[in-house]
Amino acid sequence: MNRRKLNRSSALITLGMSAALLLSACGGDDDAGGTDATSGTDSGSDSEISVTFLPKNLGNPYFDTSDAGGERAIAEFGGTYEEVGPDAATPDGQVSFINTAAQQGVSALVVSANDPTAIGDALNEARDAGVKVVTFDSDTEPEFRDLFINQASPEGIAKAQVDLIAEQIGDTGEVAILSATANATNQNAWIELMEADLAENHPDITLVDTVYGDDDDQTSFDKTAALLQSHPDLKGIISPTTVGIAAAARYLSTSDFKGEVALTGLGTPNQMREYVEDGTVTAFALWNPGDLGYLAAWAAKALVDGDITGAEGDTFTAGDLGEYTVEADGVVLLGDPFVFDADNIGDFDF
Amino acid sequence: MTTTTYPDFAQPAWRRWLLTRESAMIALVLATVAYAIASIDNFAGPLTLTYLLLDIAPILLIALPMTLIIVTGEIDLSVGSVVGLSSVLLGVTYQAGVPMAWALVVAILGGALCGALNGYLIAHLGLPSLAVTIGTLALFRGLAVGLLGTTAVTDFPDSWTDLATNEIGGTGIPLVMIAFVVLAVAFAVLLHFSTFGRGVYDIGLNSEAAHFTGVNVRRTKFILYVLAGAVSAFAGVFYTFRFGSARGDNATGLELQVIAAVLLGGVSIFGGRGRLHGVIAGVLLIGVLSSALRLESVTVNVINIIIGVLLVASVMSTNLLAAFRRATASWKRSTAQSNATATGAESSRKAHV
Repeated sequence: MNRRKLNRSSALITLGMSAALLLSACGGDDDAGGTDATSGTDSGSDSEISVTFLPKNLGNPYFDTSDAGGERAIAEFGGTYEEVGPDAATPDGQVSFINTAAQQGVSALVVSANDPTAIGDALNEARDAGVKVVTFDSDTEPEFRDLFINQASPEGIAKAQVDLIAEQIGDTGEVAILSATANATNQNAWIELMEADLAENHPDITLVDTVYGDDDDQTSFDKTAALLQSHPDLKGIISPTTVGIAAAARYLSTSDFKGEVALTGLGTPNQMREYVEDGTVTAFALWNPGDLGYLAAWAAKALVDGDITGAEGDTFTAGDLGEYTVEADGVVLLGDPFVFDADNIGDFDF
Repeated sequence: MTTTTYPDFAQPAWRRWLLTRESAMIALVLATVAYAIASIDNFAGPLTLTYLLLDIAPILLIALPMTLIIVTGEIDLSVGSVVGLSSVLLGVTYQAGVPMAWALVVAILGGALCGALNGYLIAHLGLPSLAVTIGTLALFRGLAVGLLGTTAVTDFPDSWTDLATNEIGGTGIPLVMIAFVVLAVAFAVLLHFSTFGRGVYDIGLNSEAAHFTGVNVRRTKFILYVLAGAVSAFAGVFYTFRFGSARGDNATGLELQVIAAVLLGGVSIFGGRGRLHGVIAGVLLIGVLSSALRLESVTVNVINIIIGVLLVASVMSTNLLAAFRRATASWKRSTAQSNATATGAESSRKAHV
């Protein structure tokens, strides 16, 4: 008997609830948009540059740092900054955000790609819609973007680590390398370059062993212990992998070798903070993600302004990082790796 | 009991059509679209329709068999993993040098086979579908990731990937919608205009009674799971071509988006109730909301919260109304009893119609 009435009220309530939700959601966003953006959000300001950062995923401290660098750059040159991204680092998750950027007609999109080809078509559609595409941290195939901001070159990474260990052991004595897996292409390329650098520029340093911790915390920990036992005169360890260096530091920090055997390599400040503070590690290297995002934003601006097209030899200025030149395949190299030590590690959270 | 249902059918047909949950859903979609066009920048742009339909196409496709399965009172949580596995099967067979047309056959047969496994365990062994498909969700995803590892097959020819992204003429409607419309008509006929479909509702209302009235419960359920597997595999092929990438983790979590849309579209999780046009409206509503909110730069987490609240609210509104109805009915009974001498209970109830 009451069904007709109930159906009607059911419809109305559902509609009302949803409308309320919709309105409150959009209202809330308008407020956020007003405070987030550096200036007027969407009032037809065609001259203003809008840059959207699309990291691999949101809630990742590494990208929080890099995107904050981008936001700083955009505040300097005057434009609107926005950060969007999927929950999980998957390419299909990124595509809808690339599509949205194309719909919005933003000036530039700065992306760290979850797949070198899967997001390619979406990126090219966005470029057809007039969006300049800059990849950073993780590249796509060159035909899908205007520029790639490369965090570090193999030569730079190898040299930074050799310089650090030479300085820490007084440029003489036995060292060993704790790598990831035996067939990791990037690791082997770095190791080869480090061997060459040691032989050429540091004749008193002997590389006695290279062991593989398989990028597994426990294996790396055990390999460090074995390394120290089989080479009693070891002065230093280089670990060009974030997993390896953290595991080696954990072993050293509780052993008699703490302070006796130097450790350096590639690590992240959050993993290494405790070992820098307790004196196990004096300095290690990686790039500065903040600078990476900062450079990417300036590169995006140079593309939007038409100062560069992404061709080899193009030059542009990136705020206080100075002048950069585009290399072959539209690659811009950030520079030498960044060295973290007790003085600056407190400035980083990633 | 019977007195509460008869007047319903006594209403004119247009009224019965208009005052349903499905119609409310469609109205809500239209209202949301109108609101978005009027007040969200770039929503009225030419790219919106294409991207929106491409985004929801896999959900639209899989929602068709999922509706029938949920109407029987069962569920299939493995559809997202079947999408991933069929995507990998397509990639691996194509990479091995098999012509694309045959790789497609392998992928879709693989999906149907996954569905047949679900169907056999649920319909023939009588195992609970929730437990079985949680198991096969993990199993199929494990196979998918195991076959390709962390690599991806990406070198698909443009002639095939274009099929997934190209538009019909200059309409902005992607080609895949033709496949969807064909399948939607087929499933609508199957559910709403066939003996098989009446059996589907009967099973959902009372499986045993359905059995005794001559519905082949086992066969019906088995067919539905095979259909779900095959359609999910087709969605997997679309997914692979759209992103030009066969990966083991493709479409992770898609099953929950499909089920959310089906429930939002008015299908009862207990079975026996729900209609396809409501489900299609449910998928469209989620698609339009996500698209509009993304354009407004609302983050994924907030979009998920809004869709989650919407789903809970829609389920709650039905249950709250039922509770409200019971409460008013008992209140009316008590008032009717106190006034019993003056007027009959029948006329009191009539006054409230």
